[in-house]
Amino acid sequence: MNLQLGRLLGCVLLLSSVSFYACAGDTTSVNKHNSADDVVLKLPEGFTAKVFAEGLGHTRHIAVNTNGDVYVKLSNLKDGKGIYRLRDTNGDGIADNITGFGNIKGTGIAIKNGYLYFSSDEEVFRYKLDGNNNIINPDKPEKIVTGLLSRHEHEAKAIALDNSGNLYVNIGAYSNACQVSDRQKGSPGMKPCPILDSAAGIWKFSADKLNQTYGDGVRYATGLRNVVGLNWNTATNSLFVMQHGRDQLHDLFPNLYDAKQSAELPAECMYELHQGSNCGWPYIYYDEFQHKKILAPEYGGDGKITAGEDAQDPVYAFPGHLAPNGLLFYTGNQFPQKYKNGAFIAFHGSWNRAPEPQKGYLVAFLPFKDGKPSGDWEIFADNFSGSPELTASGRAKHRPCGLAQGPDGSIYVTDDSKGTVWKISYIAK
Amino acid sequence: MRIVRSSTLMCILFVLSAVVMSQISPKPVKQRNKLAASIERGKKVYADQCLTCHQADGLGVQNMNPPLVKTKWVLGDKKQLIEIVLKGKKDGVEIDGDSYSNVMASHADLTDLQIADVLTYVRNSFGNKAKAITEAEVKTVRAKLK
Repeated sequence: MNLQLGRLLGCVLLLSSVSFYACAGDTTSVNKHNSADDVVLKLPEGFTAKVFAEGLGHTRHIAVNTNGDVYVKLSNLKDGKGIYRLRDTNGDGIADNITGFGNIKGTGIAIKNGYLYFSSDEEVFRYKLDGNNNIINPDKPEKIVTGLLSRHEHEAKAIALDNSGNLYVNIGAYSNACQVSDRQKGSPGMKPCPILDSAAGIWKFSADKLNQTYGDGVRYATGLRNVVGLNWNTATNSLFVMQHGRDQLHDLFPNLYDAKQSAELPAECMYELHQGSNCGWPYIYYDEFQHKKILAPEYGGDGKITAGEDAQDPVYAFPGHLAPNGLLFYTGNQFPQKYKNGAFIAFHGSWNRAPEPQKGYLVAFLPFKDGKPSGDWEIFADNFSGSPELTASGRAKHRPCGLAQGPDGSIYVTDDSKGTVWKISYIAK
Repeated sequence: MRIVRSSTLMCILFVLSAVVMSQISPKPVKQRNKLAASIERGKKVYADQCLTCHQADGLGVQNMNPPLVKTKWVLGDKKQLIEIVLKGKKDGVEIDGDSYSNVMASHADLTDLQIADVLTYVRNSFGNKAKAITEAEVKTVRAKLK
Protein backbone atom coordinates (compact mmCIF):
# COMPACT_ATOMS: atom_id res chain seq x y z
CA MET A 1 0.00 0.00 0.00
CA ASN A 2 2.71 2.37 1.07
CA LEU A 3 4.72 1.35 -1.93
CA GLN A 4 1.72 1.93 -4.22
CA LEU A 5 1.13 5.35 -2.72
CA GLY A 6 4.76 6.16 -3.17
CA ARG A 7 4.63 5.09 -6.81
CA LEU A 8 1.49 7.13 -7.38
CA LEU A 9 3.09 10.20 -5.80
CA GLY A 10 6.21 9.70 -7.87
CA CYS A 11 4.09 9.47 -10.99
CA VAL A 12 2.22 12.67 -10.15
CA LEU A 13 5.48 14.48 -9.45
CA LEU A 14 7.01 13.24 -12.68
CA LEU A 15 3.94 14.24 -14.66
CA SER A 16 3.81 17.69 -13.14
CA SER A 17 7.46 18.30 -13.77
CA VAL A 18 7.09 17.09 -17.35
CA SER A 19 4.15 19.42 -17.90
CA PHE A 20 6.11 22.25 -16.30
CA TYR A 21 8.95 21.79 -18.74
CA ALA A 22 6.54 21.40 -21.62
CA CYS A 23 4.93 24.68 -20.68
CA ALA A 24 8.24 26.37 -20.24
CA GLY A 25 9.61 25.18 -23.56
CA ASP A 26 6.41 25.86 -25.38
CA THR A 27 6.58 29.59 -25.83
CA THR A 28 10.01 30.80 -26.64
CA SER A 29 13.24 30.17 -24.86
CA VAL A 30 13.22 30.39 -21.10
CA ASN A 31 15.73 32.69 -19.54
CA LYS A 32 17.81 31.80 -16.61
CA HIS A 33 16.35 34.14 -14.07
CA ASN A 34 18.90 35.73 -11.84
CA SER A 35 17.13 38.90 -10.78
CA ALA A 36 14.82 40.08 -8.04
CA ASP A 37 12.70 41.51 -10.83
CA ASP A 38 9.82 39.33 -12.03
CA VAL A 39 10.09 40.41 -15.65
CA VAL A 40 11.24 37.63 -17.98
CA LEU A 41 12.03 38.59 -21.56
CA LYS A 42 10.44 36.72 -24.44
CA LEU A 43 12.96 35.74 -27.09
CA PRO A 44 13.04 33.57 -30.21
CA GLU A 45 13.80 29.88 -29.80
CA GLY A 46 17.41 29.23 -28.89
CA PHE A 47 18.11 32.62 -27.31
CA THR A 48 18.59 33.32 -23.64
CA ALA A 49 18.73 36.55 -21.63
CA LYS A 50 20.56 37.17 -18.39
CA VAL A 51 20.25 40.22 -16.20
CA PHE A 52 23.84 41.44 -16.56
CA ALA A 53 23.31 44.26 -14.04
CA GLU A 54 20.37 46.09 -12.52
CA GLY A 55 19.34 49.01 -10.35
CA LEU A 56 21.65 51.41 -12.19
CA GLY A 57 19.05 54.17 -12.68
CA HIS A 58 18.52 55.86 -16.02
CA THR A 59 20.89 53.83 -18.17
CA ARG A 60 20.68 55.22 -21.71
CA HIS A 61 23.23 54.17 -24.33
CA ILE A 62 25.80 51.44 -23.94
CA ALA A 63 29.19 50.54 -25.40
CA VAL A 64 31.27 47.37 -25.09
CA ASN A 65 35.07 47.33 -25.27
CA THR A 66 37.05 44.63 -27.07
CA ASN A 67 37.87 43.01 -23.72
CA GLY A 68 34.17 42.72 -22.86
CA ASP A 69 33.97 45.68 -20.46
CA VAL A 70 30.53 47.26 -20.70
CA TYR A 71 30.00 51.01 -20.25
CA VAL A 72 26.58 52.57 -19.66
CA LYS A 73 25.74 56.28 -19.81
CA LEU A 74 23.23 57.64 -17.32
CA SER A 75 20.87 60.56 -17.93
CA ASN A 76 20.64 61.14 -14.18
CA LEU A 77 23.61 60.73 -11.87
CA LYS A 78 23.54 57.65 -9.66
CA ASP A 79 25.53 58.12 -6.47
CA GLY A 80 27.07 61.14 -8.16
CA LYS A 81 28.34 59.16 -11.16
CA GLY A 82 27.32 59.50 -14.80
CA ILE A 83 29.02 56.43 -16.33
CA TYR A 84 29.27 52.90 -14.96
CA ARG A 85 31.71 50.23 -16.08
CA LEU A 86 30.27 46.74 -15.75
CA ARG A 87 32.87 44.01 -15.78
CA ASP A 88 32.21 40.26 -15.77
CA THR A 89 35.44 38.86 -14.31
CA ASN A 90 34.39 35.20 -14.02
CA GLY A 91 32.63 34.93 -17.38
CA ASP A 92 29.26 33.80 -16.02
CA GLY A 93 27.38 36.45 -18.01
CA ILE A 94 26.71 38.64 -14.98
CA ALA A 95 28.66 41.78 -14.10
CA ASP A 96 30.51 41.28 -10.82
CA ASN A 97 32.73 44.36 -10.81
CA ILE A 98 30.80 47.62 -11.14
CA THR A 99 32.50 51.02 -10.96
CA GLY A 100 31.05 54.49 -11.50
CA PHE A 101 32.97 57.56 -12.64
CA GLY A 102 32.51 61.07 -13.98
CA ASN A 103 29.78 63.44 -12.86
CA ILE A 104 28.29 64.34 -16.23
CA LYS A 105 24.81 63.12 -17.15
CA GLY A 106 23.70 62.40 -20.70
CA THR A 107 22.79 59.78 -23.29
CA GLY A 108 25.52 59.05 -25.84
CA ILE A 109 28.45 56.67 -25.39
CA ALA A 110 30.76 54.91 -27.87
CA ILE A 111 34.23 53.35 -27.99
CA LYS A 112 36.62 54.03 -30.86
CA ASN A 113 40.39 53.75 -31.32
CA GLY A 114 41.22 53.46 -27.63
CA TYR A 115 38.88 56.24 -26.50
CA LEU A 116 35.58 56.18 -24.68
CA TYR A 117 33.37 58.97 -26.08
CA PHE A 118 30.27 60.20 -24.29
CA SER A 119 27.87 63.14 -24.40
CA SER A 120 25.94 65.45 -22.15
CA ASP A 121 22.98 67.36 -23.58
CA GLU A 122 25.32 70.16 -24.73
CA GLU A 123 28.78 68.63 -25.18
CA VAL A 124 30.77 65.60 -26.27
CA PHE A 125 33.75 64.31 -24.26
CA ARG A 126 36.20 61.43 -24.35
CA TYR A 127 38.46 59.45 -22.05
CA LYS A 128 41.64 57.70 -23.09
CA LEU A 129 41.71 54.00 -22.25
CA ASP A 130 45.09 52.65 -21.17
CA GLY A 131 46.74 49.36 -22.14
CA ASN A 132 44.79 47.55 -19.43
CA ASN A 133 41.52 49.02 -20.66
CA ASN A 134 41.17 51.37 -17.73
CA ILE A 135 40.11 55.01 -17.92
CA ILE A 136 42.95 57.49 -17.59
CA ASN A 137 42.00 60.51 -15.47
CA PRO A 138 38.34 59.70 -14.73
CA ASP A 139 37.80 63.24 -13.43
CA LYS A 140 39.29 64.95 -16.48
CA PRO A 141 37.66 63.96 -19.76
CA GLU A 142 38.75 65.79 -22.90
CA LYS A 143 36.10 68.07 -24.35
CA ILE A 144 35.61 67.35 -28.05
CA VAL A 145 32.51 69.42 -28.85
CA THR A 146 30.88 72.19 -26.84
CA GLY A 147 27.99 74.67 -27.03
CA LEU A 148 25.31 72.51 -28.68
CA LEU A 149 21.71 73.64 -28.35
CA SER A 150 19.59 72.03 -25.64
CA ARG A 151 16.20 73.63 -25.13
CA HIS A 152 13.99 71.36 -23.08
CA GLU A 153 12.91 69.15 -25.95
CA HIS A 154 14.80 66.40 -27.79
CA GLU A 155 17.90 67.44 -25.91
CA ALA A 156 19.76 64.09 -25.86
CA LYS A 157 22.91 64.20 -27.99
CA ALA A 158 23.22 60.67 -29.32
CA ILE A 159 26.59 59.99 -30.98
CA ALA A 160 28.19 57.62 -33.50
CA LEU A 161 31.68 57.35 -35.00
CA ASP A 162 32.78 56.16 -38.43
CA ASN A 163 36.08 54.51 -39.32
CA SER A 164 37.56 57.66 -40.82
CA GLY A 165 37.97 59.80 -37.71
CA ASN A 166 34.55 61.46 -37.74
CA LEU A 167 32.05 61.94 -34.97
CA TYR A 168 28.33 62.30 -35.72
CA VAL A 169 26.08 64.05 -33.21
CA ASN A 170 22.30 64.29 -33.22
CA ILE A 171 21.01 67.76 -32.41
CA GLY A 172 17.27 67.29 -32.00
CA ALA A 173 14.68 69.94 -32.84
CA TYR A 174 13.51 71.90 -29.82
CA SER A 175 10.03 71.65 -31.26
CA ASN A 176 7.37 69.18 -32.34
CA ALA A 177 6.50 70.60 -35.76
CA CYS A 178 8.23 74.02 -35.95
CA GLN A 179 5.09 75.96 -35.12
CA VAL A 180 5.42 79.63 -34.14
CA SER A 181 4.28 78.47 -30.71
CA ASP A 182 5.33 74.88 -30.05
CA ARG A 183 2.48 72.36 -29.65
CA GLN A 184 -0.06 75.21 -29.66
CA LYS A 185 -3.32 74.42 -31.42
CA GLY A 186 -3.85 76.89 -34.26
CA SER A 187 -0.25 78.10 -34.36
CA PRO A 188 1.11 77.94 -37.94
CA GLY A 189 4.34 76.30 -39.07
CA MET A 190 7.26 78.66 -39.65
CA LYS A 191 8.60 78.78 -43.20
CA PRO A 192 11.48 78.54 -43.54
CA CYS A 193 11.80 76.72 -40.24
CA PRO A 194 14.54 78.64 -38.33
CA ILE A 195 15.34 75.60 -36.17
CA LEU A 196 17.00 73.82 -39.11
CA ASP A 197 20.07 76.10 -38.99
CA SER A 198 21.27 74.82 -35.64
CA ALA A 199 19.22 71.71 -34.81
CA ALA A 200 16.92 69.05 -36.33
CA GLY A 201 19.80 67.24 -37.96
CA ILE A 202 23.05 65.36 -37.61
CA TRP A 203 26.27 67.35 -37.29
CA LYS A 204 29.68 65.95 -38.19
CA PHE A 205 32.81 66.82 -36.20
CA SER A 206 36.36 65.55 -36.05
CA ALA A 207 36.69 62.77 -33.48
CA ASP A 208 40.17 64.02 -32.53
CA LYS A 209 39.97 67.83 -32.21
CA LEU A 210 39.29 69.47 -28.87
CA ASN A 211 36.71 72.19 -28.09
CA GLN A 212 34.92 72.21 -31.43
CA THR A 213 31.74 74.24 -31.77
CA TYR A 214 29.09 74.60 -34.49
CA GLY A 215 31.54 76.48 -36.72
CA ASP A 216 34.04 73.60 -36.67
CA GLY A 217 31.47 71.02 -37.67
CA VAL A 218 29.26 70.58 -40.70
CA ARG A 219 25.57 69.93 -40.86
CA TYR A 220 25.74 66.41 -42.26
CA ALA A 221 22.00 65.81 -42.60
CA THR A 222 18.92 67.96 -41.98
CA GLY A 223 15.16 67.62 -41.66
CA LEU A 224 15.38 65.10 -38.83
CA ARG A 225 13.08 65.99 -35.95
CA ASN A 226 14.94 63.93 -33.38
CA VAL A 227 17.27 60.93 -33.52
CA VAL A 228 18.29 58.88 -30.51
CA GLY A 229 19.14 55.55 -32.20
CA LEU A 230 21.90 55.94 -34.76
CA ASN A 231 24.90 53.86 -35.81
CA TRP A 232 27.57 53.50 -38.42
CA ASN A 233 26.83 50.56 -40.67
CA THR A 234 30.19 48.97 -41.55
CA ALA A 235 28.62 46.86 -44.32
CA THR A 236 27.43 49.92 -46.26
CA ASN A 237 30.01 52.32 -44.78
CA SER A 238 27.25 54.81 -44.06
CA LEU A 239 25.33 56.34 -41.18
CA PHE A 240 21.86 55.00 -40.36
CA VAL A 241 19.46 56.81 -38.07
CA MET A 242 16.04 56.20 -36.58
CA GLN A 243 13.85 59.30 -36.45
CA HIS A 244 11.27 59.99 -33.75
CA GLY A 245 8.28 61.15 -35.80
CA ARG A 246 6.11 64.09 -34.87
CA ASP A 247 3.37 64.00 -32.22
CA GLN A 248 -0.18 65.19 -31.70
CA LEU A 249 -1.84 65.20 -35.11
CA HIS A 250 -5.25 64.81 -33.49
CA ASP A 251 -4.66 67.22 -30.59
CA LEU A 252 -3.58 69.96 -32.96
CA PHE A 253 -5.83 69.12 -35.92
CA PRO A 254 -8.93 67.30 -34.61
CA ASN A 255 -10.79 68.09 -37.81
CA LEU A 256 -8.22 66.31 -39.97
CA TYR A 257 -7.14 63.35 -37.82
CA ASP A 258 -9.11 61.24 -35.37
CA ALA A 259 -7.48 59.80 -32.26
CA LYS A 260 -6.81 56.45 -33.94
CA GLN A 261 -5.13 57.99 -36.98
CA SER A 262 -3.08 60.15 -34.64
CA ALA A 263 -1.97 57.04 -32.76
CA GLU A 264 -0.80 55.35 -35.96
CA LEU A 265 0.74 58.31 -37.81
CA PRO A 266 3.35 59.15 -38.73
CA ALA A 267 5.79 56.25 -39.13
CA GLU A 268 9.00 55.98 -37.13
CA CYS A 269 11.48 56.02 -40.02
CA MET A 270 14.90 54.56 -40.62
CA TYR A 271 17.09 56.67 -42.94
CA GLU A 272 20.46 56.06 -44.52
CA LEU A 273 22.31 59.36 -44.54
CA HIS A 274 25.00 60.93 -46.68
CA GLN A 275 26.46 64.44 -46.67
CA GLY A 276 23.58 66.79 -47.51
CA SER A 277 20.73 64.38 -46.77
CA ASN A 278 17.37 66.01 -46.11
CA CYS A 279 14.63 63.97 -44.48
CA GLY A 280 11.92 66.61 -44.71
CA TRP A 281 10.96 67.66 -41.17
CA PRO A 282 9.02 69.81 -40.37
CA TYR A 283 7.36 70.25 -43.76
CA ILE A 284 6.42 66.62 -44.30
CA TYR A 285 5.88 63.37 -42.43
CA TYR A 286 5.91 59.82 -43.75
CA ASP A 287 2.62 57.90 -43.90
CA GLU A 288 3.40 54.16 -43.92
CA PHE A 289 -0.12 53.23 -45.01
CA GLN A 290 -0.17 55.48 -48.09
CA HIS A 291 3.61 54.96 -48.54
CA LYS A 292 3.93 58.68 -49.17
CA LYS A 293 5.50 61.83 -47.84
CA ILE A 294 2.57 63.93 -46.66
CA LEU A 295 2.50 67.71 -46.28
CA ALA A 296 2.38 68.56 -42.56
CA PRO A 297 -0.93 70.14 -41.50
CA GLU A 298 0.96 73.11 -40.01
CA TYR A 299 2.00 73.87 -43.61
CA GLY A 300 -1.42 73.45 -45.20
CA GLY A 301 -1.61 69.66 -45.38
CA ASP A 302 -4.84 67.72 -44.99
CA GLY A 303 -3.50 64.20 -44.51
CA LYS A 304 -3.55 63.51 -48.28
CA ILE A 305 -1.58 66.23 -50.06
CA THR A 306 1.92 64.95 -50.79
CA ALA A 307 5.05 67.08 -50.63
CA GLY A 308 8.76 66.91 -49.89
CA GLU A 309 9.98 66.10 -53.41
CA ASP A 310 13.41 67.26 -52.26
CA ALA A 311 13.34 64.99 -49.19
CA GLN A 312 14.63 61.44 -49.29
CA ASP A 313 12.45 58.40 -48.64
CA PRO A 314 12.99 56.31 -45.54
CA VAL A 315 14.85 53.02 -45.85
CA TYR A 316 12.11 51.48 -43.73
CA ALA A 317 8.98 52.67 -41.90
CA PHE A 318 8.00 51.30 -38.49
CA PRO A 319 4.70 51.88 -36.63
CA GLY A 320 4.11 55.33 -35.19
CA HIS A 321 5.28 56.67 -31.82
CA LEU A 322 7.19 53.54 -30.74
CA ALA A 323 10.23 55.76 -30.02
CA PRO A 324 13.33 54.07 -31.47
CA ASN A 325 16.15 54.84 -29.03
CA GLY A 326 18.83 52.31 -29.95
CA LEU A 327 20.19 51.00 -33.27
CA LEU A 328 22.71 48.21 -33.76
CA PHE A 329 23.88 46.43 -36.90
CA TYR A 330 24.77 42.88 -35.98
CA THR A 331 28.25 41.86 -37.14
CA GLY A 332 28.83 38.96 -34.75
CA ASN A 333 29.09 35.26 -35.50
CA GLN A 334 27.18 33.92 -32.50
CA PHE A 335 23.60 34.47 -33.73
CA PRO A 336 22.11 32.46 -36.63
CA GLN A 337 22.97 33.58 -40.16
CA LYS A 338 19.74 35.53 -40.71
CA TYR A 339 20.84 38.11 -38.16
CA LYS A 340 24.15 38.90 -39.86
CA ASN A 341 24.34 42.58 -40.86
CA GLY A 342 20.68 43.04 -39.88
CA ALA A 343 19.45 45.84 -37.64
CA PHE A 344 18.31 45.58 -34.06
CA ILE A 345 16.22 48.53 -32.88
CA ALA A 346 15.37 49.25 -29.24
CA PHE A 347 11.89 50.76 -29.11
CA HIS A 348 11.52 52.76 -25.92
CA GLY A 349 7.71 52.56 -26.18
CA SER A 350 5.00 55.04 -26.99
CA TRP A 351 3.12 57.73 -25.08
CA ASN A 352 1.60 59.67 -27.94
CA ARG A 353 -0.82 56.88 -28.89
CA ALA A 354 -3.13 57.76 -25.97
CA PRO A 355 -6.11 57.34 -25.64
CA GLU A 356 -5.41 54.30 -27.87
CA PRO A 357 -3.41 51.50 -26.18
CA GLN A 358 0.34 52.18 -25.99
CA LYS A 359 2.82 50.00 -27.90
CA GLY A 360 6.51 49.23 -28.07
CA TYR A 361 8.83 48.46 -25.15
CA LEU A 362 10.59 45.87 -27.30
CA VAL A 363 13.68 45.16 -29.35
CA ALA A 364 12.89 44.72 -33.03
CA PHE A 365 14.92 43.01 -35.74
CA LEU A 366 15.03 44.06 -39.39
CA PRO A 367 16.89 41.70 -41.76
CA PHE A 368 19.33 43.25 -44.26
CA LYS A 369 20.84 41.97 -47.49
CA ASP A 370 23.28 43.92 -49.66
CA GLY A 371 22.87 46.96 -47.44
CA LYS A 372 19.08 47.13 -47.71
CA PRO A 373 16.18 45.69 -45.67
CA SER A 374 15.43 42.23 -47.06
CA GLY A 375 12.17 41.46 -45.30
CA ASP A 376 9.64 42.64 -42.73
CA TRP A 377 10.57 43.65 -39.21
CA GLU A 378 9.87 41.28 -36.36
CA ILE A 379 9.85 41.42 -32.59
CA PHE A 380 13.13 40.02 -31.29
CA ALA A 381 12.91 40.66 -27.53
CA ASP A 382 9.61 41.45 -25.87
CA ASN A 383 7.91 41.79 -22.47
CA PHE A 384 10.20 44.52 -21.14
CA SER A 385 6.97 46.10 -19.85
CA GLY A 386 6.12 43.05 -17.74
CA SER A 387 2.71 42.27 -19.28
CA PRO A 388 0.40 43.17 -22.19
CA GLU A 389 -1.66 45.28 -19.76
CA LEU A 390 1.38 47.28 -18.66
CA THR A 391 2.25 47.82 -22.33
CA ALA A 392 -1.26 49.09 -23.12
CA SER A 393 -1.33 51.47 -20.15
CA GLY A 394 2.20 52.71 -20.85
CA ARG A 395 3.27 51.83 -17.30
CA ALA A 396 6.06 49.56 -18.53
CA LYS A 397 8.40 48.24 -15.85
CA HIS A 398 11.37 48.53 -18.20
CA ARG A 399 11.92 50.64 -21.31
CA PRO A 400 14.60 49.51 -23.79
CA CYS A 401 16.99 52.27 -24.78
CA GLY A 402 20.55 51.31 -25.70
CA LEU A 403 22.00 48.41 -27.71
CA ALA A 404 25.54 47.13 -28.08
CA GLN A 405 27.30 44.00 -29.27
CA GLY A 406 29.89 42.21 -27.16
CA PRO A 407 33.10 40.60 -28.47
CA ASP A 408 31.51 37.13 -28.12
CA GLY A 409 28.59 38.16 -30.38
CA SER A 410 26.04 38.49 -27.57
CA ILE A 411 24.06 41.71 -27.49
CA TYR A 412 23.31 43.98 -24.54
CA VAL A 413 20.12 45.98 -23.97
CA THR A 414 19.73 48.79 -21.45
CA ASP A 415 16.54 49.95 -19.75
CA ASP A 416 16.37 53.60 -18.72
CA SER A 417 13.48 53.16 -16.29
CA LYS A 418 15.08 50.96 -13.68
CA GLY A 419 18.61 50.59 -14.94
CA THR A 420 18.56 46.93 -15.90
CA VAL A 421 21.09 45.68 -18.46
CA TRP A 422 20.39 42.37 -20.19
CA LYS A 423 22.87 40.19 -22.04
CA ILE A 424 21.17 38.20 -24.79
CA SER A 425 22.96 35.17 -26.23
CA TYR A 426 22.21 32.37 -28.64
CA ILE A 427 22.67 28.98 -27.02
CA ALA A 428 20.93 26.43 -29.25
CA LYS A 429 23.18 24.90 -31.89
CA MET B 1 -47.88 71.59 32.31
CA ARG B 2 -45.83 68.67 31.49
CA ILE B 3 -47.69 68.30 28.26
CA VAL B 4 -47.20 71.94 27.45
CA ARG B 5 -43.57 71.71 28.31
CA SER B 6 -43.02 68.65 26.23
CA SER B 7 -44.88 70.14 23.33
CA THR B 8 -42.81 73.31 23.66
CA LEU B 9 -39.73 71.15 23.70
CA MET B 10 -40.99 69.31 20.64
CA CYS B 11 -41.57 72.63 18.98
CA ILE B 12 -38.11 73.85 19.78
CA LEU B 13 -36.62 70.62 18.59
CA PHE B 14 -38.63 70.80 15.39
CA VAL B 15 -37.62 74.38 14.73
CA LEU B 16 -34.02 73.58 15.58
CA SER B 17 -33.95 70.58 13.33
CA ALA B 18 -35.56 72.62 10.57
CA VAL B 19 -32.94 75.27 11.04
CA VAL B 20 -30.24 72.65 11.01
CA MET B 21 -31.71 71.04 7.89
CA SER B 22 -31.94 74.34 6.04
CA GLN B 23 -28.67 75.80 7.24
CA ILE B 24 -26.26 72.88 7.24
CA SER B 25 -27.47 69.76 5.60
CA PRO B 26 -28.75 71.02 2.23
CA LYS B 27 -25.68 73.17 1.60
CA PRO B 28 -23.13 70.38 1.59
CA VAL B 29 -25.44 68.37 -0.69
CA LYS B 30 -25.61 71.33 -3.02
CA GLN B 31 -21.85 71.83 -2.82
CA ARG B 32 -21.25 68.18 -3.39
CA ASN B 33 -23.46 68.26 -6.46
CA LYS B 34 -21.67 71.33 -7.68
CA LEU B 35 -18.28 69.68 -7.15
CA ALA B 36 -19.44 66.48 -8.84
CA ALA B 37 -20.76 68.45 -11.80
CA SER B 38 -17.51 70.40 -12.13
CA ILE B 39 -15.46 67.19 -11.95
CA GLU B 40 -17.73 65.59 -14.54
CA ARG B 41 -17.29 68.52 -16.94
CA GLY B 42 -13.58 68.68 -16.13
CA LYS B 43 -13.12 65.04 -17.06
CA LYS B 44 -14.26 65.80 -20.61
CA VAL B 45 -11.91 68.79 -20.85
CA TYR B 46 -9.07 66.57 -19.57
CA ALA B 47 -9.76 63.89 -22.18
CA ASP B 48 -9.78 66.50 -24.91
CA GLN B 49 -6.87 68.73 -23.84
CA CYS B 50 -4.58 66.95 -21.38
CA LEU B 51 -4.81 63.18 -21.69
CA THR B 52 -2.38 62.67 -24.58
CA CYS B 53 0.52 64.06 -22.58
CA HIS B 54 -0.44 63.46 -18.95
CA GLN B 55 -2.07 60.08 -19.77
CA ALA B 56 -5.38 58.55 -18.64
CA ASP B 57 -4.00 57.77 -15.17
CA GLY B 58 -2.47 61.23 -14.68
CA LEU B 59 0.97 59.72 -14.19
CA GLY B 60 2.53 61.50 -17.17
CA VAL B 61 5.47 60.21 -19.22
CA GLN B 62 8.99 59.52 -17.93
CA ASN B 63 11.41 62.40 -18.62
CA MET B 64 8.82 64.23 -20.71
CA ASN B 65 5.40 65.03 -19.29
CA PRO B 66 5.14 65.44 -15.51
CA PRO B 67 2.77 63.39 -13.34
CA LEU B 68 -0.24 65.19 -11.90
CA VAL B 69 -0.52 62.85 -8.96
CA LYS B 70 0.26 64.00 -5.44
CA THR B 71 2.56 66.82 -6.43
CA LYS B 72 2.70 70.34 -5.03
CA TRP B 73 2.29 71.69 -8.55
CA VAL B 74 -1.27 70.33 -8.57
CA LEU B 75 -2.22 70.29 -4.90
CA GLY B 76 -0.44 73.48 -3.86
CA ASP B 77 -0.91 77.13 -4.80
CA LYS B 78 -4.05 77.51 -6.93
CA LYS B 79 -2.82 80.69 -8.59
CA GLN B 80 0.38 79.05 -9.83
CA LEU B 81 -1.57 76.09 -11.17
CA ILE B 82 -4.06 78.32 -13.02
CA GLU B 83 -1.16 80.33 -14.45
CA ILE B 84 0.47 77.20 -15.88
CA VAL B 85 -2.71 76.33 -17.76
CA LEU B 86 -3.11 79.89 -19.06
CA LYS B 87 0.53 80.51 -20.00
CA GLY B 88 1.82 77.01 -20.68
CA LYS B 89 5.25 75.92 -19.47
CA LYS B 90 8.46 75.93 -21.46
CA ASP B 91 11.20 75.46 -18.88
CA GLY B 92 10.36 71.98 -17.62
CA VAL B 93 9.89 70.87 -14.01
CA GLU B 94 11.66 68.63 -11.56
CA ILE B 95 9.61 66.33 -9.34
CA ASP B 96 11.16 63.95 -6.82
CA GLY B 97 14.54 64.17 -8.52
CA ASP B 98 13.20 63.40 -12.00
CA SER B 99 13.07 66.12 -14.62
CA TYR B 100 10.29 66.50 -17.16
CA SER B 101 11.24 68.59 -20.15
CA ASN B 102 8.43 68.57 -22.68
CA VAL B 103 6.81 71.87 -23.63
CA MET B 104 3.27 72.52 -22.47
CA ALA B 105 1.24 74.79 -24.75
CA SER B 106 -0.85 77.66 -23.40
CA HIS B 107 -4.49 76.76 -22.92
CA ALA B 108 -5.72 80.34 -22.67
CA ASP B 109 -8.26 79.54 -25.38
CA LEU B 110 -10.28 77.53 -22.85
CA THR B 111 -12.99 79.43 -20.94
CA ASP B 112 -12.60 80.30 -17.26
CA LEU B 113 -15.19 77.65 -16.45
CA GLN B 114 -13.39 74.96 -18.51
CA ILE B 115 -10.11 75.70 -16.75
CA ALA B 116 -11.80 75.70 -13.33
CA ASP B 117 -13.48 72.40 -14.16
CA VAL B 118 -10.41 70.62 -15.51
CA LEU B 119 -8.28 71.72 -12.56
CA THR B 120 -11.00 70.69 -10.11
CA TYR B 121 -11.10 67.32 -11.88
CA VAL B 122 -7.31 66.91 -11.70
CA ARG B 123 -7.23 67.97 -8.02
CA ASN B 124 -9.87 65.34 -7.23
CA SER B 125 -8.74 62.43 -9.39
CA PHE B 126 -5.85 59.93 -9.59
CA GLY B 127 -5.82 59.74 -5.79
CA ASN B 128 -5.66 63.55 -5.37
CA LYS B 129 -7.93 65.36 -2.92
CA ALA B 130 -7.87 69.14 -2.88
CA LYS B 131 -10.27 72.10 -2.91
CA ALA B 132 -12.14 72.93 -6.09
CA ILE B 133 -11.01 75.80 -8.27
CA THR B 134 -13.73 78.27 -9.20
CA GLU B 135 -14.48 80.12 -12.38
CA ALA B 136 -14.01 83.39 -10.43
CA GLU B 137 -10.51 82.33 -9.32
CA VAL B 138 -9.51 81.63 -12.93
CA LYS B 139 -11.00 84.97 -14.00
CA THR B 140 -8.95 86.82 -11.39
CA VAL B 141 -5.68 85.16 -12.42
CA ARG B 142 -6.40 85.71 -16.11
CA ALA B 143 -7.13 89.41 -15.54
CA LYS B 144 -3.79 89.90 -13.78
CA LEU B 145 -1.90 88.22 -16.65
CA LYS B 146 -3.26 90.67 -19.20
